[in-house]
Amino acid sequence: MKNGTAVPMPSPAEWASRPLQEIFLRARELVEDPTYPTVKAWRAKGGKVIGHFQVYFPEELAHAGGLLPVKIRGAQTEGLESNPHFGSYLCSILKSSLDVALTKDIELDLFVSLPICDGARNLAGIWGRNFSYKCQLLHLPQNPNTTAALPYLRSEYARILKDIEATAGRKVTDADLARSIGLYNQARALMRDLYRIRREEPWKIAPDESLALVGLAGILPVEDFIALMHAVLPLIAARPARKQDKMRVVFEGGFCEVPPFDLLQAVARSCYVVDDDLYIGLRWLLSDVPVTGDPVENLARAYLSDSSYSPVQHDHDKPKEKMLLKRIKESQAVAAILAAAKMCEPGLDEQVAYAKELEAHKIPYFISEFEENQNSFDDIAIQMETFLENIMFN
Amino acid sequence: MNAAPASQAAGTLAGRRVFDTESGIVGRGAREGAKLFRDWFAELSQLAERGEGAAYCFVMGNMNEVLRTFDMPVVFPEINSLQTAVRRVSEEYLREAEDYGYSPDICGYVKVDFATQLLGGKHPMARIPKPMLAVTTNACNTYFKWVEIWERMHGTIVSVIDVPAERANHTRSPRGSEEYKNELAYIVGQVKDLIATCERLTGKKFDIDKFRMHLKYANEMSLAWRDILKLNERTPAAFNVLTDGLVYLGMSNGFRATETGAKFFKDLLEEMTFRSQNGIGPLMKVDGKDVEADQRFRLGFIGVPCYPIFRGFNEFFTDWGGTFVTSAYLTFASGGTGMGFEYDLNNPIESLAEGTLETVRDTIANLIFETPEIETRLAQYNLDGIVYHSVKSCRTISSGLADRRHHAAERLGISTLFLESDVVDPRSVAKAQMKNRADAFFEGMIARKQKKQTAPAIVGAAQ
Repeated sequence: MKNGTAVPMPSPAEWASRPLQEIFLRARELVEDPTYPTVKAWRAKGGKVIGHFQVYFPEELAHAGGLLPVKIRGAQTEGLESNPHFGSYLCSILKSSLDVALTKDIELDLFVSLPICDGARNLAGIWGRNFSYKCQLLHLPQNPNTTAALPYLRSEYARILKDIEATAGRKVTDADLARSIGLYNQARALMRDLYRIRREEPWKIAPDESLALVGLAGILPVEDFIALMHAVLPLIAARPARKQDKMRVVFEGGFCEVPPFDLLQAVARSCYVVDDDLYIGLRWLLSDVPVTGDPVENLARAYLSDSSYSPVQHDHDKPKEKMLLKRIKESQAVAAILAAAKMCEPGLDEQVAYAKELEAHKIPYFISEFEENQNSFDDIAIQMETFLENIMFN
Repeated sequence: MNAAPASQAAGTLAGRRVFDTESGIVGRGAREGAKLFRDWFAELSQLAERGEGAAYCFVMGNMNEVLRTFDMPVVFPEINSLQTAVRRVSEEYLREAEDYGYSPDICGYVKVDFATQLLGGKHPMARIPKPMLAVTTNACNTYFKWVEIWERMHGTIVSVIDVPAERANHTRSPRGSEEYKNELAYIVGQVKDLIATCERLTGKKFDIDKFRMHLKYANEMSLAWRDILKLNERTPAAFNVLTDGLVYLGMSNGFRATETGAKFFKDLLEEMTFRSQNGIGPLMKVDGKDVEADQRFRLGFIGVPCYPIFRGFNEFFTDWGGTFVTSAYLTFASGGTGMGFEYDLNNPIESLAEGTLETVRDTIANLIFETPEIETRLAQYNLDGIVYHSVKSCRTISSGLADRRHHAAERLGISTLFLESDVVDPRSVAKAQMKNRADAFFEGMIARKQKKQTAPAIVGAAQ
């Protein structure tokens, strides 16, 4: 899907005046659009953009410098431009992310990749060879359990803040940072509210609709996202949807590359997906980051001590299979979909650990793989139905 | 070219010198290395038989300096895995892991090791003891997934040494800078954590003098390794990095920071210097004899070897007179020790941390940005071509290779070859297709050389 730049962004007031279905549709169009119209609109106003690859990036730092932080999260493209730059055995999101940059569907002033996996780490090198703007890694600690991690991460955030300042052409003050942290606290709180509805009243919002809204957090200015969520959440809460007799399921495996919207729709035909890890990086920090004190250290501390989990972070305090169990328990799910993007090594590795843990706890699970350009979903719909029937009749 | 001493050259075959590698200096490194490796595996078997565990570590950033100080026997699971491929049994192990649930699309090394664990340590070289401690760096992200398997399977204690690498090419934090100090402090903290973990696990107090001794051995090995790698800048090269070099690489890892390792590398440097001074290059088997290999093309290698067809892969190139004189593999798979970093024995813990920062970030830069000796300073090795070997199992080195090749070919104007297969899985190795590509690569290089030779004559004729 390539919509181009013509469609203007609705204002928050316009969002609120539209029917919920239309809002979800528009949100999905924006999130799926590989030409990043929200970024183009920002640039048209003279704004600068930092693209950050999955999973987590402290967007507050970029926002405080006046940059638009944009989540680079792949696209449904043919990959004609990027294919010569990659070998065969790689996941789709790496290729399609580079593709939209090579085709200039998205133009950046700074690119940051994260060493979440060996492919993503290489992306910094690949990007750097192909673009003249600064492309780099943000080295989030892979040893969050040592006491030395906090001062290190603080210094790493301070380091990248200097690059942000250089790109922005201005100094970032603690007051700027505190304001940005406050705004992102709001955005995360609103996403938590959204997920609360999904857990408590899953009949009011489907997983693909939720994905469309959360996905906007990665491409909209945070102020716009907050206004949108303020407008939309009451509409969802008031949605006249009827509860159905569907099984409650957790979807795990979309921490980096996310499954196509249609796949989630196909899954949701036969169950309620009451929690997931889709765009978990945008929801990584679990509670409000303090706005007083050293803002950079506050962000670093939150990353290390008050954060979610994913297969790409090694943390003794967060054994991933135990964290999944917690997610299942807290959302009162009775089964899990253990998905992984094709060729995603950490995701496929973790699938085995998750499966064994769920087996040990007698929690049914369904294993699946997906990719961005998948276009047939009937099989997975039928498989899900069969899986759920089996649980019911056993 | 100087002639080799009569005691070394045992005659000629088709105009090329034949050497007796069973005794004497030529071939000593390969001979001794193979023996020491067998001894090492035999010791591991004995440990396993006694039900004792070992410290597992990876080739990149293996922290043997600390582990040896606590007399911990070390196991390198990567070496175990590659040995199954060389011995042509890896597929059995891979299938075992896949039957358990692991995907065909993940690292084969991990799967072979997982199957080894599942089979109670059964391995073609030895019985492998269980991991009581695992030390990992971030030189490869898959290391983290790997140690998590042991954590779950055996309750192994995991110690992480996370090393902030270059964030972009050529942006290494300068020594003494604020950024460098912060990175170093992070690693010092982790090294101290590792020492405390070893004390707890072994019940031994950390002996700093013994630690200094192991650092000294490591220094001797690193300096010799650096000099050995450098000898191949000369023509003819003293050894083939993709065959002999891998024996030496195994020694640099398995015997790191030991007296045996230090002596081996001292002797190896002596052998390689002798060979270099006497124009004795890599040898190849012809009719069961060790004959000097033809060195018509000097090649650089970026990627990891194709262990399932170890000799066969090399023959794609030696058959045309190609010799691999330098490789990224000998740099990164030795954890950057070829840099020749010397620990300061007066400041041992901080110096180990600093050495780890320097060598591991050099390793990672080689993996994801470039290998300067090959992709920038290729004149140093007088290269005729570069071979990029991307493998399914190792995204660490392979993810960026196609792009690197594309840019190197454009920037350097040198012949390049891009191959894809696997480091351990024979099912991903299409031998005939690879050979076709290698043949075309040489035909292209020959044409390029001929063009170069004829170009001045044509210009001259026109004048």
